[in-house]
Amino acid sequence: MGERRHSALVRVTHWVTTLCFFALLVTGIEIVISHPRFYWGEQGNINTTPLFKIPIPASRESVPTGYGYVLPDQNGWSRYLHFQSAWALVLTGVLYFAYGVMAGHFRRNLFAGAFSWREVTSVLRRHLCFQRADSEEPGSYNALQRLTYLVVIFVLFPLVIWTGLAMSPAVVSAWPVLVTTLGGQQSARTIHFFVSISLFMFLVVHVAMIVFLGFTNRMRGMITGRTGTRLEDA
Amino acid sequence: MSKISRRKLITAGAATAGLSGLAVVAGVASRHGLVPPDHGGLYGPGETLTYGFHRLLTRHSMAREFAASEISKTPFANGAPPQEEAFKRLQAGGFADWKLAVDGMVARPGSFSVADLKRYPASSQITHLACEEGWSYIAQWTGVPLHHVLNAVGAHANARYVVYFSFQKDWWDSIDMADALHPQTLIAHGMNGSELPAEFGGPLRLRVPRQLGYKNVKYITRLTVTDSMKPFGKGLGSASPEGGYAWYAGI
Repeated sequence: MGERRHSALVRVTHWVTTLCFFALLVTGIEIVISHPRFYWGEQGNINTTPLFKIPIPASRESVPTGYGYVLPDQNGWSRYLHFQSAWALVLTGVLYFAYGVMAGHFRRNLFAGAFSWREVTSVLRRHLCFQRADSEEPGSYNALQRLTYLVVIFVLFPLVIWTGLAMSPAVVSAWPVLVTTLGGQQSARTIHFFVSISLFMFLVVHVAMIVFLGFTNRMRGMITGRTGTRLEDA
Repeated sequence: MSKISRRKLITAGAATAGLSGLAVVAGVASRHGLVPPDHGGLYGPGETLTYGFHRLLTRHSMAREFAASEISKTPFANGAPPQEEAFKRLQAGGFADWKLAVDGMVARPGSFSVADLKRYPASSQITHLACEEGWSYIAQWTGVPLHHVLNAVGAHANARYVVYFSFQKDWWDSIDMADALHPQTLIAHGMNGSELPAEFGGPLRLRVPRQLGYKNVKYITRLTVTDSMKPFGKGLGSASPEGGYAWYAGI
């Protein structure tokens, strides 16, 4: 038996979130394809100058994209699955958050130790030079990792949920402040898009780091909860 | 009793309790109108959660209204008016012969012309219309609140939905009584201070400002008050779920 790495609740919520995020990403792309134009403020349509366009064909004939063809419409099931996955993600997030606070997971693993920007920049510099730490403590996170996870958990996920809710006409009828603070419904859509891209970039780096630093051992840690006897022997 | 069989017994007991608990919750939710007609299938759970929560938390909320200065100078109609001869004839006659039939669970089924509807006290709102594709515009909508018409025909107290049909045969939809009786739900006949233009749904369009654009069906010709969506189409509530889109579009 190796070293204890992740608790059962962290492992289960991690993989449910992974599944939901994948579903949200694919369906989110499908939804964007029906109108690959973005605006700022309350309103925007094809008669309005966009903030920017994504240079791809659209799944709607009405959108002028410059391409001579229209992609198949996959918006219906994409929307159903997008919202169902969002529910699963939010409920999983609530469970994870309650556990994080009550079982001390946040305090022990994410707010642990002294935080210094110097450590963040030194880890960053090391990564950019593709150097491994020679004395990295296997069971704990360095300052850059802690900062990244904190931003993902406490900034990006709440923001993506908020901007999503701000696009709902029924939700903002009850709580208009959700959308007015963002500058309008179209601003909420644009921010939702950029936060999603940030989360996707986190995913890419997260997976890349796992591959570079020992894929088998880290996957074992997140699936079985334990790593091998020595961290990098896998 | 061995340890394994005790564990099995506890698991089975917990599963039974869980399932019967779920059945009780589903029963209560259904009685209180928290389950949408398209609750079955793969995406039923998410749809039911959304609709149920919205009905618990936003039943009486009012759609946001905007200043006249925020009305879009470039609204988007999304499609041309019907090309059928019958529609063109009605349009040429200024829609004087357009009829809105009201039937179903009502004491006095009837038929209204546009002029009949304009005799009711009109209501105006400057609200946001968002399409599920992502685009939107703000416009001023004028019309008769649907609840006036429902009162006039004596809608039954046990009614649960109002179904509405378009001149365009593929388009029909329905809303629950929370939306049907909501003060901002209009049978719109005016837009931005003029007659409702045909490309925006004139002469009559159902305006449901707390739901997405596709619930705001154009060219409405008939309203049916009902307590069940089963007899209509595939029983999913509207043409939208039959085409793969959610019945409830408050999101």
